[in-house]
Amino acid sequence: MIALQGYGIGLKEPARRGSRIFRLSTDDKRPGVLAKQECFLSKDGKFPPAFAAGLCLGDYVPATGYDHGIWALPEQLLYLGDGDIVRIGEIGEIRVLFRKNAPMNYFLLTERCNNLCLMCSQPPKNVLDDYLGDEVEEVIKLVPENTDAIGFTGGEPALLGGRFLDLIQLASSYLPNTDLHVLSNGRQFVDASAARRLGAIGHPRLVLGIPLYSPSPATHDYVVQSKGAFNETVAGLYNLKEAGVRIELRVVVHRQNFTQLTRLANFIFRNLTFVEHIAFMGLELTGYARANIDSLWIDPWNYRSVLSEAVLRLYDYGMNVSIYNLPSCLLEQPVRSFSRKSISDWKNEFVAECATCGARGECCGFFASAGMRQNSHITAL
Amino acid sequence: MAGEYTLIPEQAFSDFISGTLHQDTDAYAKLLEAGFLVDDTSALSLDLLAVKLRTKLSNISRFTSLHMIVVTLRCDHSCPYCQVSRQSEDKEKYDISPETAGKAVDLIFRSPSRDIKIEYQGGEPLLNFASVEFITKYAVSLASKHNKNVSFVIATNLSRITDDMLQFCKEFDVSVSTSLDGPKDLHNLNRPMSGADSFERVASGVDLTRRFLGRSSVSALMTTTEASLGRVKDIVDTYVEMGFPGIFLRPLSPYGFAIKTKTYSKYDTRRWLDFYDEGLEYILQLNRLGVDFSEFYSSTILKKMLTPFSPGYVDLMSPAGIGIAAVVYNYNGNIYASDEGRMRAEMGDETFRLGNVHANSYDEIFTSDELLEPLERSFTGSVPMCSDCVYEPYCGAEPVYHHATQGDFVGFKPLSGFCERNMHVIKRLMSIVEGGSADSRTLRRWSIR
Repeated sequence: MIALQGYGIGLKEPARRGSRIFRLSTDDKRPGVLAKQECFLSKDGKFPPAFAAGLCLGDYVPATGYDHGIWALPEQLLYLGDGDIVRIGEIGEIRVLFRKNAPMNYFLLTERCNNLCLMCSQPPKNVLDDYLGDEVEEVIKLVPENTDAIGFTGGEPALLGGRFLDLIQLASSYLPNTDLHVLSNGRQFVDASAARRLGAIGHPRLVLGIPLYSPSPATHDYVVQSKGAFNETVAGLYNLKEAGVRIELRVVVHRQNFTQLTRLANFIFRNLTFVEHIAFMGLELTGYARANIDSLWIDPWNYRSVLSEAVLRLYDYGMNVSIYNLPSCLLEQPVRSFSRKSISDWKNEFVAECATCGARGECCGFFASAGMRQNSHITAL
Repeated sequence: MAGEYTLIPEQAFSDFISGTLHQDTDAYAKLLEAGFLVDDTSALSLDLLAVKLRTKLSNISRFTSLHMIVVTLRCDHSCPYCQVSRQSEDKEKYDISPETAGKAVDLIFRSPSRDIKIEYQGGEPLLNFASVEFITKYAVSLASKHNKNVSFVIATNLSRITDDMLQFCKEFDVSVSTSLDGPKDLHNLNRPMSGADSFERVASGVDLTRRFLGRSSVSALMTTTEASLGRVKDIVDTYVEMGFPGIFLRPLSPYGFAIKTKTYSKYDTRRWLDFYDEGLEYILQLNRLGVDFSEFYSSTILKKMLTPFSPGYVDLMSPAGIGIAAVVYNYNGNIYASDEGRMRAEMGDETFRLGNVHANSYDEIFTSDELLEPLERSFTGSVPMCSDCVYEPYCGAEPVYHHATQGDFVGFKPLSGFCERNMHVIKRLMSIVEGGSADSRTLRRWSIR
């Protein structure tokens, strides 16, 4: 599991107070006009002049200093490279905000949420966290234009209202060729005008990933612990479609909904035919999912046939469908080709049994956070 | 009405109708999800049903999109099941005139439909290809003037197809629909012509057409006759061998030979159903062996049954498709509500004549009693035995058929071959879909074709 934060050891104390966001550069010939806003990443302890801050792969003593200090990277952050974006605090706290070589970078817009999902991997906090939006605004301007994809997550990003739209607009303007994937529960768009404003931005690469856990309003509302959520989400989906916003449905499978998957597939095809993609996802045992493990856990081995039925049904009906977060050996053969290497690279791991597996190259592995609970059905293919 | 269905145990059904079905049952959840049951958690249910119904009926708001023009009644074949063709050299008498053709096209572009499809019918349209060219060019010019899309298809036996004609088809994006009744002996028996080589001509015509226009630009339609009934496998094999993606196992026509010889009855429907069952089973067997091949009558019904869409097939619509989905302009300017209506006219029954391009305006034609009356009378939502039939959303109104067989637009359903046929086919398909075997996957795939 790749770490995204740590403390640097101070090699040269900062002259200025406060934390700042920097793009990393390894180019010692960087023109001063750019270097003065950037952080130099040094392999050998040599630091050219003109940078605003410095990070070092080893424990060297630099000859000169920078306004925001020079820090030796902790071991877990040695992977950092040119073009990555970090925040550095005044006592050397380093947070990785963007990794250029990662297939996907998600930005947290808010920790507030109007759902309280039983298996939430990022439990919401009711705090005033507007600074997160400010940070994302700054980072988006630094993200390279040729980046394939970025994501916005939460909490519920759409709760930010106008600020949410501003950030979408910013991404649309600064990164028009970058896929923008937003994880939202869609409830805010029960207000058709909110959906229309989002659609009016006209970002062609924007997709909203919206969870739907069951075709039964009662079950869905129970899973998200909020009465009326199903109706708001489904009405929101219609409003988004009408506003021309592209939609992906995300179905986390667990004990509360696994028996309903084929019914859900029918419901989606009959009522939500317009969605662009449906992803069935394994449960990540982190956050609330750990606390609610008894009401959520079911071994994927035990729902493999109903999952196959749901996936193949949607596929036969011409829908675009995928399976995320489930290792290939826990899927039936006919649906293995629907599995995507989806787990964020900093979260996936393999176990001993996987060493001899021939399908490892196509497999998403396991959530490092949970170890998939010791599963006796993990087998080399 | 939106076509949703769900299967629940019989006991749960009686509980449901007596209002005692428990909320915690599977049946309750299934009924709620399909919109049969609404409670305080499913406030959205009616809106979802409304959207689905609107989607299903959206073809009505687009109005007539298929326009058939009979460019000549002359034909080089003398098929006994055809009521309309003439073996005449008298061009004046049976060819459409430029004046009539022009007026027909003018009327066609009065249709509110954004997408206009013009189908050239006969007789054999290639015997009057000059009219095909004239109409195509005029329609293209009107389409750009009215900002509409227009596409063309020629219904032809292909016996007279030439490179020059295909070059024209390529230039104007005209596709081809031909007749193929089965293997050589059956086809040539059904479709006699001088030289007795209709089959060979179709086979080489299909090949030539594909060379010019592409593999999928030519489709084929079969007519089921008495001689076809025992030979469904041979017929299917012919289609597979010639590289068609599927076949339409067409019901026996009550308009042609059968009516004339007074032998058309329920007995014929039974025989056709055996033919269909055997054919469907054989085609499913091919699919189990990995051959991707469809049966189009089934896929039409499956689309109504399993999807939110409407297949737009004229014979399975309610309100009926006559006039409002498809309309026929005859060579002499007479306008008919359907191709079968035109055939009835050639047999002396003008019931479905809506007017004439020279005598009537668009408004007169499409608000005529000759059109509105059969539409209104046959609407399955209010027809006895249709309005309360569980399969009504998957079936349709067929006023021409019932007029031909029973003398009125509605018909007495227990005597209706149309009703018996569709009840049987729908039940058969549903039992396969719900059977859960590999065949149910095959049928689901057909439903979106």
